[in-house]
Amino acid sequence: MNTLMTAGTATTDSRVRRTGPRALDTEPRARFTDLLAAEWLKFRSLRSIPWVLGLSALAVIAAGLKSALYTRDHYTPGDGDPVVMAQLALNDAFNMAAADILLLVAGGLGAIVIAGEYATGLIRTTLAAVPDRRAVLLAKACVLAAAMLGYGLLTVGVSFGLTQAILSDVGIGQSLSDPAAFRYVAAAVLFGPVCALVGLGLGTLIRHSAGAVVGTVVVLFFLPSLLTERYRWTADLLHALPLPAFQRLARTTLAGMRPTEYPATVTGSWITFAAWALGSVAVATLVIHRRDH
Amino acid sequence: MIEVNELTKHYGRGTTVRAAVDRLTFTVRPGTVTGFLGPNGAGKSTTLRMVLGLNDPTAGTVTVDGRPFRGRPRGLRHVGALLDAGDVHGGRSARAHLRALARSNRIPDARVEEVLAEVGLAEAAGRRIRGYSLGMKQRLGIAGALLGDPPVLLFDEPLNGLDPEGVLWVRGLFRRLAAEGRTVFVSSHMMAEMEHTADRLVVIGRGRLIADESLAEFAARAGRATVTVRTAEPDRLAAVLTAAGATVRPGPEAALAGASLTEAGPDDTLTVTGLDDRRIGELALENGLLLYALTTRGASLEEAFMTLTADSVEYLAGEPR
Repeated sequence: MNTLMTAGTATTDSRVRRTGPRALDTEPRARFTDLLAAEWLKFRSLRSIPWVLGLSALAVIAAGLKSALYTRDHYTPGDGDPVVMAQLALNDAFNMAAADILLLVAGGLGAIVIAGEYATGLIRTTLAAVPDRRAVLLAKACVLAAAMLGYGLLTVGVSFGLTQAILSDVGIGQSLSDPAAFRYVAAAVLFGPVCALVGLGLGTLIRHSAGAVVGTVVVLFFLPSLLTERYRWTADLLHALPLPAFQRLARTTLAGMRPTEYPATVTGSWITFAAWALGSVAVATLVIHRRDH
Repeated sequence: MIEVNELTKHYGRGTTVRAAVDRLTFTVRPGTVTGFLGPNGAGKSTTLRMVLGLNDPTAGTVTVDGRPFRGRPRGLRHVGALLDAGDVHGGRSARAHLRALARSNRIPDARVEEVLAEVGLAEAAGRRIRGYSLGMKQRLGIAGALLGDPPVLLFDEPLNGLDPEGVLWVRGLFRRLAAEGRTVFVSSHMMAEMEHTADRLVVIGRGRLIADESLAEFAARAGRATVTVRTAEPDRLAAVLTAAGATVRPGPEAALAGASLTEAGPDDTLTVTGLDDRRIGELALENGLLLYALTTRGASLEEAFMTLTADSVEYLAGEPR
């Protein structure tokens, strides 16, 4: 023991100068982009994520193709109000089933990305490497939102292009240069990132993988079906939820709708999107900053 | 250097509040391997999590190289830590796990390959962590701690699950890291593990500091050696030894009672402290007393540890609390 300790002290003086202050002298400045790169690597290094994204994208595109082909085969050119037919054509690009798939995939993924870190304990390893917890969560949110934006652009873009090409055979194919069509596609593309960030927020709060996914599905998917537009306050609550907001933004004409005393507005729906996305990140950031890990 | 000052952590609230760590003060210095010992539930892991800023203390402070760790934007170049080998995502490969950690601290990928080779995981690095044994996960955790080549390293029970070769390797690694002038702080609930690894010991029980000293001081505190004597005339010998300044108890040493009783009745045996075997033999001869046996036992570090922490064992087998 004694010899070992002497040996230790003997080398200390010469080595300390090399290792001790080294950390301070040569440490590169902390960059947010490093955290983005790390989170992106974590995101794509889980084998289940590309599978889920790939299969769901195929499902969305297949659902669009199927309904576009049906419309083409059963529509006589010139029939019906053009405005209503335009809505029909857009619905074929991204129907309600597609919106539900996107909601479940994006929301579930957002929840899993953070709840999985808590459930496995990886969060402690992550935060010991990067003590700036808020930066970690922001990087995670950015990567998640960007990934879902890309996924939405690709999936909705392909589905829109294919379905509208099919429908132009019968003269009702829509173009993105039309503001109504553009809003429809923009809402569909942004719906993914919004749902994913809501999932991220709830995942940070709940911390258990299964619980976080269930919580996200309840908030995004089931809550809207519990509310009606009958009273002012229930209508306000309903319109302040992401799924009804998407439905409003995807409605280019109110023709053929059941009239309501308290209709949702387009502006209000965009605000709903923004509020849920930013609010979820803000809550998650606050919680991760305050909590013990 | 890790400086822990009056560190306190309470869990629960109201009437059920419990102090996991209670006004703990100690310093862990560079150039040594410091063992952090205590029974299960003594507060070791809570303390380490507070060092890393993962848990906020209820009161008191802890700094690493003069600054609270949580104030640093990036950690790996300052402190390398292995808290729990299970703190990884089983779905990733070891290489992807380490690369993500490295990238967040702007450490080049080449360093990842270096530490993988150093811990002996180069071959297995492409496999998903889910399939790793506990020993392999410990090696992965150690690799993560080494990534940033940090001046301070923390390990929470790093020997769990390692095979004998792995234990030897880890001991050598800790010694080397300390010899390079780094601060190495290693927790364990087994004294035997630390006996061959640590230069200094910080011992806690129920969240309180019990000892903070060198291994040699701790060994001295373990108490003086005891001598067990078997003699034809225990009463007379006891009188002679007591007169010479020894403390004499009838019967064999408590810890050995079970073993000794089978070969000799307790009535011919004395346990003596304060005199060594040589002096006892001389005194016996001078007084014409017949001895059958003279056995010296040094108190082990394990026993010293058990004695020190006996009052603070959190979970005692067979005793309802």
